[in-house]
Order: sequence, then structure tokens, then C-alpha cells
Amino acid sequence: MDIMSIVIAAAVVSVVGIFAGILLGVASEKFKVDVDEKEIAIREILPGNNCGGCGYPGCDGLACAIAKGEASPSGCPVGGEEVAKKIAEIVGGEASTVKMVAHVKCAGDCNKAKDAYDYVGPKNCKIAANAPGGGPKACSYGCMGYGSCQAVCQFGAISIVDGIAVIDKDKCKSCGMCVAECPRHIIEMVPYDAGAIVECNSKDFGKDVKAVCQSGCIGCGICAKNCPQNAITVDNYLAKVDYDKCTGCGTCKEKCPVKIIK
Amino acid sequence: MKFTFKGGIHPYEGKELTMDKEVKEYLPKGDMVYPLSQHIGAPAEPVVKKGDRVLVGQLIAKAGGFVSANIHSSVSGTVKAIEMRLTSSGSKMNSIVIENDNLYEAVEFKANDKPLEELTKEEILDAIKEAGVVGMGGAGFPTHVKLSPKEPDKIDTIIVNASECEPYLTSDYRRIMDEADKVIGGLKIVLKLFPGAKGIIGIENNKPKAIKLLKEKLAGDDDIVVNSLKTKYPEGAERQLIFANTGRYINSKMLPADAGCIVHNVDTVYAIYEAVREGRPLIDRLVTVSGDAVEEPCNILTKMGTNYAELIEAAGGFKETPEKIIAGGPMMGKALYTTDIPATKSSSAILCMTKDEVSEYEEGPCIRCGRCVSVCPGGVMPNTLATLVEKNQFDEFVKLNGMECCECGCCSYICPAKRHLTQTIAGARKLVLASRKK
Repeated sequence: MDIMSIVIAAAVVSVVGIFAGILLGVASEKFKVDVDEKEIAIREILPGNNCGGCGYPGCDGLACAIAKGEASPSGCPVGGEEVAKKIAEIVGGEASTVKMVAHVKCAGDCNKAKDAYDYVGPKNCKIAANAPGGGPKACSYGCMGYGSCQAVCQFGAISIVDGIAVIDKDKCKSCGMCVAECPRHIIEMVPYDAGAIVECNSKDFGKDVKAVCQSGCIGCGICAKNCPQNAITVDNYLAKVDYDKCTGCGTCKEKCPVKIIK
Repeated sequence: MKFTFKGGIHPYEGKELTMDKEVKEYLPKGDMVYPLSQHIGAPAEPVVKKGDRVLVGQLIAKAGGFVSANIHSSVSGTVKAIEMRLTSSGSKMNSIVIENDNLYEAVEFKANDKPLEELTKEEILDAIKEAGVVGMGGAGFPTHVKLSPKEPDKIDTIIVNASECEPYLTSDYRRIMDEADKVIGGLKIVLKLFPGAKGIIGIENNKPKAIKLLKEKLAGDDDIVVNSLKTKYPEGAERQLIFANTGRYINSKMLPADAGCIVHNVDTVYAIYEAVREGRPLIDRLVTVSGDAVEEPCNILTKMGTNYAELIEAAGGFKETPEKIIAGGPMMGKALYTTDIPATKSSSAILCMTKDEVSEYEEGPCIRCGRCVSVCPGGVMPNTLATLVEKNQFDEFVKLNGMECCECGCCSYICPAKRHLTQTIAGARKLVLASRKK
């Protein structure tokens, strides 16, 4: 083989290589995308499960949102307090230290609450909510127990016990998926160590509540009157606890005549 | 030309139970309940208060907007309360309760004997609006709104829906047999509003007597034709009826007016006649009380607001304990869990069955036979749609035209696996509509 052909080939490849290298170099400088240093740092702290529990498309999505200030540093439900603190150091915000968990505001299981009729149809709360009277349960505010929340929970924290949904607060990562899913809006976020939780969602008049459920808030207001911190208000015949004021003294639990504050 | 559409089913008719029986007139005795929302649109606003004495035909609630309707008292008595009462939808609604004094003292109705040529459009529409006439086929759309389309010149067909395709129901048939002149008179009044339009009375061919009667009455009339439609459910669904009679197709995003049509139920045109000619507000209607658990199934001419329990009693009460009571027809009606609800402008029937054919069978998995697809008059795939709903994939549900479902119930009827197809799809449609409103 002629030595010259090897030299020419090497020269051509070198020239093309140099040319392409310059081109890429210019392009990388000209079209570069600014990446937020913070975002990369946050992404490294996040667990990387890409579970979607935060409501963003994976951990990258949440990291981007936190860096931009759209999400709170404690936005990752899986990472919990530890991750939130680390992220708070980067973005300078303050991580909320109170761990919130989801809670079903209904204790009207099949032994305590009545059904208005037998329901035959899809076992899905959203579909059942379209049945006459908003569902077979006589109380139109209570948990129907078809488990739509259970189906969306990524962490297996929800189970259906005696016809109502019950949330295991140790497994709950406070992602809020169940809160959004429930057609009756029964699930709310409460502090992990809440001192008092009203286990009822009925805004009906006391007599009507009594007629359909043994475990319903009758809106008597005794809890509100006796609370030393004035943390309880009664609106629409339903007691509500303000957790910023509640100290967990337990007075309301003792005084409640229907024992629905737990 | 064959008057029909693609798909559909032919269930047991059950019309022979009440078809040829004379209409019973029933004057209620108990309290009367008038829900303020008996129509589509804004609820009516009460114009009476507790303790007021009212007469038959007196306005008790006036329309709460353009798309709304007046409500009149159908008895004389005192207003007992304005409170939340249970309605046939299963939920509570603000209602006017009137204690019936059984005297039936009436206000004077202003009859209008002007020849048809001299009636003005405003006169007709005002009379209809005043009388609170709404679509009596079930949806309860205010009639004066339906008769005021955006482009009135484009309307070329007025269809009277006399097909009554729901099994068991015969109230429209009885209306035609007993009051054919008034039904035709009502249609002529509507035609007067749309000078260029043609009238069609669409009626299923399982009612030959009614077809013969109407054809005799309309002999020599060029403006109105009687179309004998193929007996098939849901021939009387608006979209299918328009297609069968005119060959025009509309989808869920269109109104019948977009196809140049206006569709009215038989009872509605009858109410239009009464409103315009006799000045009578819409205060009574025919209700079919039927089913194998009723002693004497029949059609009852009753007052609006009558308790369902009273109506069942008027039909001889229960022969056997019913397992299921349905408000409306068996295909699209709603199951009731109590009979303590009032008859409203759109209550067409009460059916009492000794057997609940829905809860009798356990739901099984889809065997992919495709029968639901072949019977669906809307041309969608109920099996796929229901599966998507079960998986919470609502975007995909809309993409596969789930919103075109008219909730007729053919798919659930035909499904050999007894899947709750219609119920699932109807639920999803409501969810999608609700999310669009947000």
C-alpha cells in the first residue's frame, strides 16, 4: 500500500476533526442553557424515586419548582424532615417542621352509620357519588368506603375498615393525592401529633345527623365553649379545630357529648 | 324511506299493561310539594311566603333568569313552608310546600280564541313563558328558550316526539288517543312561529291506532306529516329521532337547532296548546303508574306536586312488595329509595317491579364480544370507555368520544357480563362536565 494514501486519509480526518471541534465549541458557547446551580444541588438531595407524590413530574420537576420558589422546601413527601432541612439550607427558606398527615374526617362505619339503599354499581367513590342522593350512605357527607383514595395512595397507607377509609399516619407521606381524589372532600391534612381531631364532616342539623349516624357531630358547640385556647369554632353545625392554637389539652375530648373528638 | 338509525335494542315493551286503559283522573289529598328547580337552568324564585293562601293556577315562583321557568300552584290552600325536600333525583332541593284544602278554587284562565293567523309571535312566546312550560320528555328544558333559537330562519323542521320508545310508558300514547286535536293544535302554534318550517310527528310503528288516528286528522294537511318509525330503543332520543326523520346528524356539541330542527315531546305541544289557547299554566300531567307490583297499572292525570305514594295508592296500591321502584322509564329512569317525593313537570312514570334485574347478577369481566359497540346508537365503544374510567384515565375517555354517550342504557342492557357500563360512563361524563365548569 502506498504510504501517501495513509497520510492523506489521516490528514482529511484530522482536518474534519479540527473543523467539527471548532464548530461544536462555538455552538456550545453560543447555545448554552443556563442551569441553576441550586436546582442541581436540590436534585441531588431528593430521594430520586420519581414517585410523583409531590404533584410534580418526578424529582427533577420538584427540584426545578423549588429552585424557582414555586414549591416549598418541604415539598417532597418521601424525604420528610431531613431532606426538607437540607434543601432549606440551599434555598434559604424555612422548612416547616410540623409533619402533616392525611386524616379521614368520618367515623361512621357500617355499624354506626345507616345506608339509605343498596347500591349496585361500580365500586368507585367518584361514580357512586352520582347515584341518587349523592351515594348510598344516608349521610351525604360521610365516607362511602369504595376506596378511591386507597387506589391513589402510592404508599399503601390507606385501608378500608368496616366500610370507611382509615389512614395509617405512620405510613402517610402527606403527598395529598387522597385529599384531591375524595369526591366528598372528607380527607384533610392534620399535624402528625394533633391533640384533637373532629371525626365528622357532616354539615347537617344535629337532629338529621343523629337520624342517620351514631357517630356524628351535632354542632352543639360545647367543645368551642370549653376550649381554654378558643381553638375550636362551630360553623354549619360542625366543629373545626385551629391547630395553630390547639395545645392538645384534651378538654374537648372529655366534654364532647357524642365523643367524636379523638 | 326507512325511519330508523344504527344500533339500538328492542327490550320487552310492557306497554300492553296500560296502553288501552282509560286515563284515571286523580285529585290529590295530601300536602303538595313544588321543587323550585323542575327544569334545566336557574331555579325559580318563590313569590309567596309562609301562611299565604294560594289558588289553583296561581304563580308561586317566578323564573329566576332567562333559562328558567315559572311554577304555579296546582291546588288551592295555604303555603306551609319553603324548605328542603327530597326530589326524584335523590337529593334535597328547596321546595314550596302547600297544604291542600281540597276545594280546588281556581284563578280565572284567560282563553284566547283568535284565529291562528292573527296570533303574533310575541303573544305565543309570552303565553308559553307565563305558563311555565318545559320539555316534558324528561330533561325539562324551558320551552320558550327552545322556541327562541339564535337563527330562527334556519329552522325548517319541527319534530313532535311521539315515539315513546321507553318500555312500559304509555302516557304520550294516551295523550294522542284522547286529545289528538289539541296535540295537533299545539304543533300548529309552534309552526306559526317558524313560517318556513314543516311539522313531523314521529311515532313508533308499534302504535298503529295512534298513527291511523293522526293520519286521519291530518288528511289534506301539507305542513304536517306523520312518520311511522321503526320500533327500536332509543328511537325517541333527540339525536336518533332527528337522524331517523331527516337524515341529519348532530353530536353532543350541537343543538337540534344546528340541524335546523326543534324537537318537542307530545305532552309539551299539548301544554303549549293549553297555555296559548286556554291560558292554563302547566299544573297537571299524565303519569304512567305501571309494573308487575302494581294492582291496577294505568295512566293517571294528576296535579304537579302530588306525592308518589299517593299516586301508587291511586293505582290500587301494591299487589306484591316491590323490589325496585323507578321514577321514569326502566332504561333511563332513576331508582328510588323512598316514595315520599313529589311529581314534577318532568315525571313521566312510576314503575314498581317485583324483581330487581340489575342487582340479581354479579358483574363479570368483559369478554370482548363487542355487543355493546354494535348496539350503541352514539357510535362509541362502551367497553373501552368504562375500562378507561375504572383506570381514572379521563383524558383518554374524552379523546375516545366518551362525551358522545347519551346514557340510553343499551350497552348495559345487552352486556352478557352484566357490566355497569352506562352507570360508569354517565358518572365519568358528569365528572368531566364538572371539571370543565371549574
